[in-house]
Amino acid sequence: MIKHFLKDFKERFIEGVLFLSSTTTSILVVLIVVYLFKEGVGIFNRTPVAEGSELLVSAANKVNKLTADEVRKIFEQEFTKWNQVGGSDAEIELFRLDDITNYYTDEQLGENFENMPHCIDTILMQHPNMIAFVSKQYVLPNGRACKVSIDKIAVKQVMLGNRWYPTASPVVELGIWPLLLGTIWVSIGAILLALPFGLAAAIYMAEIADSRIRKILKPLIELLAGIPSVVYGFFGLVVMVPIIQQTFNLDVGQSALAGSIILGIMALPTIITISEDAIRNTPRAMREASLALGANHWQTIVRVVLPYSVSGITAAVILGIGRAIGETMAVLMVTGNAAVVPTSFLQPVRTIPATIAAELGEAPFGGIHFQALFFLGCMLFLLTFIINVIVEMLAPKKLKR
Amino acid sequence: MDFQTRKNMKEKMAFGALRLFSFSIIAILFFILGYIVINGISVVSFDFLTKMPEDGMTKGGILPAIIGTLCLMVVSLAIAFPIGVFSGIYLNEYIKDGWFKRFINLMTNNLSGIPSIVFGLFGMQFFVNQLGWGDSIIAGSFTLAILVLPVIIRTTEESLKAVSNTFREAASGLGASKWQTTYSVVLPIGMPNILTGLILSMSRVSGETAPILFTVAAYFLPQLPHSIFDQVMALPYHLYVVATSGNNITESRPIAFGTALVLIFIVLVLNLLANWLRKVLGSKVKMN
Amino acid sequence: MILNKVEAQDLHLWYGDFYALKGINFSIKKNTVAALIGPSGCGKSTFLRVFNRMNDLIDNVSIKGQALIDGKNIYGKELRVDELRKRVGMVFQKPNPFPKSIFENVAFGLRVNGIKHKTYIEERVEKSLQQAALWNEVKDKLNKSAFELSGGQQQRLCIARALAIEPQILLMDEPASALDPISTAKIEDLIYELKQEYTILIVTHNMQQASRVSDTTAFFYLGELIEHDNTKKIFTAPDKMQTQNYVTGRFG
Ligand SMILES: Nc1ncnc2c1ncn2[C@@H]1O[C@H](COP(=O)(O)OP(=O)(O)O)[C@@H](O)[C@H]1O
Ligand SMILES: [Mg+2]
Repeated sequence: MIKHFLKDFKERFIEGVLFLSSTTTSILVVLIVVYLFKEGVGIFNRTPVAEGSELLVSAANKVNKLTADEVRKIFEQEFTKWNQVGGSDAEIELFRLDDITNYYTDEQLGENFENMPHCIDTILMQHPNMIAFVSKQYVLPNGRACKVSIDKIAVKQVMLGNRWYPTASPVVELGIWPLLLGTIWVSIGAILLALPFGLAAAIYMAEIADSRIRKILKPLIELLAGIPSVVYGFFGLVVMVPIIQQTFNLDVGQSALAGSIILGIMALPTIITISEDAIRNTPRAMREASLALGANHWQTIVRVVLPYSVSGITAAVILGIGRAIGETMAVLMVTGNAAVVPTSFLQPVRTIPATIAAELGEAPFGGIHFQALFFLGCMLFLLTFIINVIVEMLAPKKLKR
Repeated sequence: MDFQTRKNMKEKMAFGALRLFSFSIIAILFFILGYIVINGISVVSFDFLTKMPEDGMTKGGILPAIIGTLCLMVVSLAIAFPIGVFSGIYLNEYIKDGWFKRFINLMTNNLSGIPSIVFGLFGMQFFVNQLGWGDSIIAGSFTLAILVLPVIIRTTEESLKAVSNTFREAASGLGASKWQTTYSVVLPIGMPNILTGLILSMSRVSGETAPILFTVAAYFLPQLPHSIFDQVMALPYHLYVVATSGNNITESRPIAFGTALVLIFIVLVLNLLANWLRKVLGSKVKMN
Repeated sequence: MILNKVEAQDLHLWYGDFYALKGINFSIKKNTVAALIGPSGCGKSTFLRVFNRMNDLIDNVSIKGQALIDGKNIYGKELRVDELRKRVGMVFQKPNPFPKSIFENVAFGLRVNGIKHKTYIEERVEKSLQQAALWNEVKDKLNKSAFELSGGQQQRLCIARALAIEPQILLMDEPASALDPISTAKIEDLIYELKQEYTILIVTHNMQQASRVSDTTAFFYLGELIEHDNTKKIFTAPDKMQTQNYVTGRFG
């Protein structure tokens, strides 16, 4: 009786453990989404003023609200008059913390700069046309100076902004457009290079090669997939980059092209395996019908087999793009990482994953830059998620078997 | 020349081109492997494998990186393997096709589509910061475990699917419970393929860089780890460092080639092992 | 003497170790319809596929003996398979149109055989569809996908597709077995019409169909050709007991 009960209990217990294990992936996906987006979407709750700093103007100044762009132009001295931002017809005076020595001596500021807030407040009193960029800690509580209010970071600024300067001051610029474009350029380039080779190999293995050759090719393709991306990156760095530099006579060989070539090689296994499956899935009846009409093997491939497997091949291409978009190390090592909107394949570009990998180590925990990198992570997640959904819809059920 | 001759000539040419394209892929593979082997082989010596890095990583060995990578492989698979196999068993043996299974499969697919750098972000935020493990073997291993979990689940599911139902019926016919049937009959038959998945996952873990960048990998550590809460160096990250940002890139080139060779060697051996396992143990199962 | 259009002389075929055709001797004259009957698995399809060399596609097939068309061995060295298949059309058991438009399905055989002339292709497509008694049903939707047609229409499309390249011989492997009775009747009428111009080999499971459409009937059993004679004779007074049993429905 008890023995029976124990056995029953054991069965139940094991089933429970198995069930819990099977929910792991779902829980992980949810956790990843939560942690990623919580941090990433946080940037839209912040103003673009650099970490721990504040912009102050004299209380007499009627301008107390500026856009991030205006602030940048003011401090780059593109705007020199207050009337350019809706104020009076006066010259703008700039003040950065370093300028304090022009106004006060070290003694006046105190040993630990304890008088600093007061001093700054006074300076702003005396200079009604001044705008000051100072650390938060030096802002006098209940002082006479007026804080400039700046709009929170807007989605449009981030998505369509052309400039990625996450550590600029006084205001950061978080335009991810160049990174997004860089990612897409490099990935599309990779697929364009890989597709002819990948498709040719898929056709060759599915239709032409005898089983002996296929048995040799298959593990080699798998090995190609197994080589770590950092090794591809290294190979690209020491072989591809110098070749590109010499061939096109460039200052630096690190370029979108180098990235596309390396990513293209890395995308080959995905393209080959999935296309091959799709091609193999063409019903025998289709082939026979074509051959029975006097078509030869090649005509049958071109006119019947490929059109029939086109959705599977498309899935392979899209999945290949997905892999390329997410690839980090190889790209980081060969593309040169210039955060500019790409105009040529021979120029350096910077992709989203490479940006995260290169900058996260230096971004202070929880800061704007840190959150911006998490936002890039969110974008990457969304991009690959969309791609997965498309593939899921394209690939017929039988394809995955 | 008549049409039939022309069309058959076209076919010959097309097939020739396909063959050429296919073999050029293999040529690329061998070129990459060959290039690294030729440049790396003179660097790799007993000392290289067993010594600490010296002189700003331009001389000496890569022992801490090898140990680090081994630690990550062992710990991450110690985490992912049981969970992956359990859920594979549950999905294939315990539940029928239905919304739950579809949902889990969808989530698993999604997880496997997430780029590895995103796992790095998550691992940093969750294991390193939220759970407070800091940069450590345990944080890195958990992050890597997430990466290979879908692979293990899928191979387990497929291996078990391939086990003929007659075995299950025979066992339950003798009065074995569900778990007894699974554990003593189904699992042993599916095991060779599951192990193949395990080995390929190890290969994957050994080469991944992005997930460990911010969860465990150290730029340089003069000592070996003492516990799973220590940071370690790792081969792929070490290769990245000496290839791109060492103090003296030209002088550390040989070290980079040596590290790349060791990495490739690991991947190659694991791949061969997996293939061998598939062939040898796979054929044994069929004979049963 | 009229030459035999299609002929097999002591023909043997193996699928690997499996002995599928065991020394078949068979012949039919031009513009006749021969029905191949027999229980399933006895080699009818295999025999049919000998004549357009469809079995070549299968690994491990070996053939001994001769298969002749117009007195020439079709397994001879100088013969080109795609030429042969142009002369010998085939209609399969299940309708298998290509995932293309109705027009392109019929034009397929012309295109792969190097015909580019647009108006000629259009003429041939129309003619073939008329011959297959499909023209009136599809003439307004030639550019629609072939998959939009019903099963019976699809099969007639496949017949039209085979006719478009003007073969001399038509191999039909149970062309009506997947169809409803009305479509079946249409196909049977069609075969009757086609007999004027083509030599036809048709595999069928349906005794009535065999007796309705064919001039001669061949009874296959376990890879052997038991008896081949006038259809009337086979169905009323066959020489062999096995044939008698089969056509009267006592087995199979
Ligand atoms: N590709 C093949 N490989 C091996 N055996 C086959 C193959 N095709 C047919 N056979 C075998 O040859 C025999 C004859 O098949 P088939 O000609 O299709 O018979 P029928 O058309 O009379 O039903 C069957 O026993 C079948 O199992
Ligand atoms: Mg048949």
